[in-house]
Amino acid sequence: MLVIGEKLNSTRKKVREMIENKDVKSIQDLAIKQVEGGADILDVNSSAAAGDKEENMKWLVKTVQKVVDIPLCIDSPNAEEIERGLEVHDWSKGKALINSITGEKEKLNRLLPTIKKYKCAVIALAMDERGIPDNSKTRVEIADRLIKILAGIGVALRDIFIDPLVVPIGTNDNNGLVTMDTIRRIREAYPEVRIVTGLSNISFGLPERKLINQVFMILTMGCGMDAAIIDPTDKRMMAIVKAAMALLGEDNFCGEYIRAYRKGKLTLEK
Amino acid sequence: MVDLNDISEALQIGDAGKVKELVKQSLEENIVPKDILENGLIKGMGIIGEKFKKNEVYVPEVLIAARAMHAGMDVLRPKLVETGVKNIGKVAMGTVKGDLHDIGKNLVKMMLEGAGFEVIDLGVDVSSDKFVEAVKEHQPNIVGMSALLTTTMISMADVIKALESAGLRDKVKVMIGGAPITQSYAEQIGADSYSPDAASAADMAKSFLI
Repeated sequence: MLVIGEKLNSTRKKVREMIENKDVKSIQDLAIKQVEGGADILDVNSSAAAGDKEENMKWLVKTVQKVVDIPLCIDSPNAEEIERGLEVHDWSKGKALINSITGEKEKLNRLLPTIKKYKCAVIALAMDERGIPDNSKTRVEIADRLIKILAGIGVALRDIFIDPLVVPIGTNDNNGLVTMDTIRRIREAYPEVRIVTGLSNISFGLPERKLINQVFMILTMGCGMDAAIIDPTDKRMMAIVKAAMALLGEDNFCGEYIRAYRKGKLTLEK
Repeated sequence: MVDLNDISEALQIGDAGKVKELVKQSLEENIVPKDILENGLIKGMGIIGEKFKKNEVYVPEVLIAARAMHAGMDVLRPKLVETGVKNIGKVAMGTVKGDLHDIGKNLVKMMLEGAGFEVIDLGVDVSSDKFVEAVKEHQPNIVGMSALLTTTMISMADVIKALESAGLRDKVKVMIGGAPITQSYAEQIGADSYSPDAASAADMAKSFLI
């Protein structure tokens, strides 16, 4: 299970201001805290900050990697920003991941040469020009097409991260099931491909959102999801992930689980 | 005699069957259609909106209340038309170009309909041209725009410019909303208002009619 730390995202007001003010210390603190919490990769997004957007991304990637030894997930709706991020990424710290492509042809074709050039890992969303399909069959079809395209330009299956997409259950009772069914089908067809979600959207419009998010994490892990964009400083969520991994047979002799316990990390406090 | 308050109560708990039945019964008892609308359906939806604003009810509860409202309106609409009762105003709304998010837009639509507006729903990924066409065709009082992404919110400014070029800007009020939107952004692009949530949007729309 790969944990992708979500906090360095400029759509959060605090982070946006840190980027606009070039506040090195606060950015680096937030990066370090997430690594201490158990992040394997850190998502970095600077798109919502004012100023030169491409320069902002370069600054963010460099600032973060000065203090952490893990790869980054370069997150932007804008292809140029992704390319600037890849240019300055420190590859000795691991393979960069980009967030994201979809089945939308224009953006896909724009980014394929970049993916080929940098041999980076890729998050691919199971949607296209038509939007987010309301059923798992269409989502799986899109994912299947994207996996074939990416594999076709030489991306290893292990470097393809399919996002089955998460839509609030508050607006349709079946939305959780559609995501879970999509995960199951992709896992069955492609045992090696990574499946990733940013799952907090599931609880939009409901009370006690964290509870829904935590239970959804367990359910989706049970379906074969093996990466998640979450808050690694959320101790309860991280404890749940550790326990779920042990239960799913992904933790040799429950070693990680026991180690986490000894470090006092298995808290169920909020 | 049907107590119109019962219609409001049934609507608030999302009991579509009961709302429909009570509206039918009210009409049989010759209660004025406008009265049923205002003191039954709109009143109930207004209370739901207020509670939603205060986080006392949640999205699924708003959805079933709106469904109950529609069930009542299906029975009531022909009578409203017969008696010449009009909507309080008309809104043409949609999610802007490049943006496929519809949840926020749909919640606002429900609240507007719940407040007595006719809503022309232009859907998602709506181009400037389509907004302009809709204003020409439907002559709404208000144009509503939604965006959930920092990359698509900029399209709102394009729509306002397109309305200006078409000579329609002073014919409508422009309301905007969505996660990345702020009051200062609304002012910056020359929109008439920003609303932070669906119920506030309905209040704002009503205030524009006065």
